[in-house]
Amino acid sequence: MLKRISALVIAGLTALSVSACGGGSGSGGGGGDDAITMGFSQVGAESGWRTANTKSVQDSAKNAGITLKFSDAQQKQENQIKAIRSFIQQKVDVIAFSPVVESGWDTVLKEAKDAKIPVILTDRAVDSKDTTLYKTFLGSDFIEEGKKAGQWLVEEYKDSTDPVNIVELQGTTGSAPANDRKAGFQEIIGADSKFKIIASQTGDFTRAKGKEVMEAFLKSNPDIDVLYAHNDDMGLGAIEAIEGAGKVPGKDIKIITVDAVKDGMQALADGKINYIVECSPLLGPQLMDLAKKVVKGEQVPARVVTEETTFTQEQAKDALSSRQY
Amino acid sequence: MRRLLWPAVVLVLLLALNVFFTPSFFSIQVTEGHLYGSLIDILRFGAPLILVSLGMTLVIATGGIDLSVGSVVAISGALACLQISEDASLFTAVAAALGLCLVLGAWNGFLVATVGIQPIIATLVLMVAGRGLAQLITGGQIITVNSPAYKLIGGGYWLTVPFGIFIVVAVLAITAFLTRRLALGMLIESVGGNAEASRLAGIRARGIVIMVYAFAALCAGVAGLMISSNVSSADGNNAGLWIELDAILAVVIGGTSLSGGRFSLGGTVLGALIIQTLTTTIYSIGVPPETTLLFKALVVTAVCLIQSPSFRAKAFRRRGKVPSAGPAAEEKVQVTA
Repeated sequence: MLKRISALVIAGLTALSVSACGGGSGSGGGGGDDAITMGFSQVGAESGWRTANTKSVQDSAKNAGITLKFSDAQQKQENQIKAIRSFIQQKVDVIAFSPVVESGWDTVLKEAKDAKIPVILTDRAVDSKDTTLYKTFLGSDFIEEGKKAGQWLVEEYKDSTDPVNIVELQGTTGSAPANDRKAGFQEIIGADSKFKIIASQTGDFTRAKGKEVMEAFLKSNPDIDVLYAHNDDMGLGAIEAIEGAGKVPGKDIKIITVDAVKDGMQALADGKINYIVECSPLLGPQLMDLAKKVVKGEQVPARVVTEETTFTQEQAKDALSSRQY
Repeated sequence: MRRLLWPAVVLVLLLALNVFFTPSFFSIQVTEGHLYGSLIDILRFGAPLILVSLGMTLVIATGGIDLSVGSVVAISGALACLQISEDASLFTAVAAALGLCLVLGAWNGFLVATVGIQPIIATLVLMVAGRGLAQLITGGQIITVNSPAYKLIGGGYWLTVPFGIFIVVAVLAITAFLTRRLALGMLIESVGGNAEASRLAGIRARGIVIMVYAFAALCAGVAGLMISSNVSSADGNNAGLWIELDAILAVVIGGTSLSGGRFSLGGTVLGALIIQTLTTTIYSIGVPPETTLLFKALVVTAVCLIQSPSFRAKAFRRRGKVPSAGPAAEEKVQVTA
């Protein structure tokens, strides 16, 4: 099962450099124990989300007193393999990395295992039959994100018996976040027949496509109550389309999105979006906690979901000023 | 003009399909002080593709191809948005972006005409490197700008009509004038037919080739401004992604031969409109995203088949009504005309 989830996550994430999501904002671990050296191999600087992810790892390593050897793979697997080999040679205490692609890791991970260096996967998983090659996988649960979106909607319309017409802007077709956010959302709202998804198309996680698809939705479906967008960017594009149609986003059409990047939070605070489910890149603190545990030889769960929250319009106003990405 | 008949028929059929699913498809109202309707959407969202395709048409007419236009779209939008976010004036931002695009296009032309690299390889360099350049400009982030003046280019309205449509009409008119009223079009076709023979006949083939690549990049640059302006943000990763393929398709649907030597601007515009209408159709009639590409492929295949004189000849012959050589022969006459 873990393997299947991992495969799904990876398949999507490769296609998804821009808008996906991953980590969580956890509590920082305190220093104090023997100095740990961590080798971390990042995918590359592909998006704002990824940049925030890198910064989180670097900052929390500093806070946790862990010496970080950071390597940027520039989206190339061979760079990442080279980096991991050099980490092994330098005899670091723990290796963490976000795999660029899902397959082809067995050899190098075996080398790490033989050198008795524990490996933690962050944000993306690998597709390997041998799950002993890594200690744990730290990343987001996209299905849970979809469920949170659905739960808000159910709560919002709990007093109403009228049908609720929903349009959905999906992420890149076939990507794990798109599949899972759709499935999770569907699972929750499917319990009540008043919720109807009247149109669902892919917006490729981009603002431009989100706007274009929403324009078409508005014309072919005159009666839209709710928009569910799989990321903030598509939602932001759709907001422009809705305004162009003479409707008020957030009032005439309620909008739920996922990610909580700064632009999205701004729109939420402005009342144009109603609810955002966070998909946080800030998994650094959790990663450092896990690293300390595996170095000590403590047991850690094979799958750790990053700590994530949700934002209403009121919460967005408070959180906006401290938003890092 | 007969050459444009089949693309036009396909476009009408696609529009008719939409009316069948959405009866109000043709209705155009004035909402929020501007025209509002599906047809306006097709023109508005199709405008960047039309521009890129116009540039591509001339490149293909010289027997070349330009794969880098998608990256140029991203670079142009990224540079303009970066400048505006740093409080540069709209004019500076647009001029800097388009200036850079001209340089990039001239570079493509230089590689093709002077160095003699195959066009598909020469432009592949910029296609790959250009997206990196765009991300370098944006720092890997999406740059959001808030400039009403910039917004006008691709997302605004003038006299209730989307401003982008005016840009397209202007570029189309200038291009048509330069290529069809002046000798330039003939020179381009001549270079596409046989560059060496053209040179011996006294045509500066190199200069023409460099010019068309620069023109293609300029068109892509304007399209990039439109795309980023439409959403008030620049996305180095995704802006103009795969638009080069749509543009090539639009050119081919429009009846321009990939081997060069002739071109049809009107056909290209029709081709681009067909592609955009197809996209809008998919959204309106609710083709599931998983099958979108298949649906597109089927329609495009049908369009290509219906345009092929030899296929039509065979299809009609099977019914035994039309003389087999008829359509093919007519088509050939037009090629030389």
